[in-house]
Amino acid sequence: MIDTEAPSVALYVAHGDDNLILAQRLGEWISRAPELEIDIALGNFALDHLGVARALYTRAGEIEGAGRTEDDFAMMRSEREFTNLLIVEQPNGDFAHTIARQFFFDVYQSLLWPELCASEDEALAGIAARAARENAYHLEFTTGWMVRLGDGTEEAHRRAQTAVDDLWQFTAELAGDRLQAWRNEVASVLDDAGLVVPDDPYQRSGGREGRHTEHLGHLLAEMQWMQRSYPDLEW
Amino acid sequence: MDAALIPGSGVVRSGTLESKRVEEAVASVVDPEIPVLTIEDLGILRSVEVEDGTAVVTITPTYSGCPAMRQIEDDIRAVLDRLGVAKAEILVTHSPPWSTDWMSEDARSKLEEFRIAPPVASEDVLCPTCASDSPRLVAKFGSTACKALMVCTSCGEPFDWFKEFR
Repeated sequence: MIDTEAPSVALYVAHGDDNLILAQRLGEWISRAPELEIDIALGNFALDHLGVARALYTRAGEIEGAGRTEDDFAMMRSEREFTNLLIVEQPNGDFAHTIARQFFFDVYQSLLWPELCASEDEALAGIAARAARENAYHLEFTTGWMVRLGDGTEEAHRRAQTAVDDLWQFTAELAGDRLQAWRNEVASVLDDAGLVVPDDPYQRSGGREGRHTEHLGHLLAEMQWMQRSYPDLEW
Repeated sequence: MDAALIPGSGVVRSGTLESKRVEEAVASVVDPEIPVLTIEDLGILRSVEVEDGTAVVTITPTYSGCPAMRQIEDDIRAVLDRLGVAKAEILVTHSPPWSTDWMSEDARSKLEEFRIAPPVASEDVLCPTCASDSPRLVAKFGSTACKALMVCTSCGEPFDWFKEFR
């Protein structure tokens, strides 16, 4: 369990990393989504995650007291220093894949934020309370799409099931201590969607220790290139 | 409880005569995405304090990812600069978090005049043009983070709904 009494810098950074990396992935959809409404929705998801990351990094810097800013955390750390969960760094794949990843993450966040709302740190409790409301709206959207895809055409169903199967290996790390609650919630939606809960026991982890899949390095190279090449660059 | 911690309690001001002008100017900064509303109407301005020529302004974001925050900070700085305030500090607070309960009653009527449905539960939204109670949700995410897109099934007019967020 996370110790809510004395949140450490590492906790803020880990959750900040989850939100930043997912925001960066979602941003890759902008101008490429299947419909305008979905393009705007995914862009809005990305903005919410980016905002949460910025608030958490800023707070981490305040607690650490070493003068690091949100930009230092986002732009000046290398792959092994990022402690995000492996699932958020996975490539977007097709629309079903992006929605399944987001749905899994939203269910996790629906369990996480209420816990952090009880933090002794008022700033963290405030960030968590707002993120919880945003996440509830995200989860409505992704739950709706899981059902629409799973219960849709043969092709939509096949793509949704493939996405669920491919991403399953990252979900034990994602849910952590909340695995049972997470699986119950996910299973009920997959059931409504006519999708099968995978029974493959293979699971990967290491994100929280900075051991990542090959995809994170490429994402960071693109995200950080400008700031690294021209330090302290401003618009 | 401190008055600033209760939704709808308005902006904390330092109250001295010399600072009144500064506080009113800051409170009149408008939201760049919904320019009929000031930052005071929206409830994102938490406090304005002026002491010894330094203004300390505290604001809070609506949605975590509201892209207008930076613009609002710049606009506040510009207002203070025009008034000749030598030093300005803008603080961003996350506690207590913003909700639509922080919006003023004034804000709700201004939104309606601007043909944006004010924040109420989705099933209670009225068409801001014909007041019909049967709008249809077109897209959960609209032109800004805080709005969704609806269309009136009675008069056919599409409109933005400022989502209830609490």
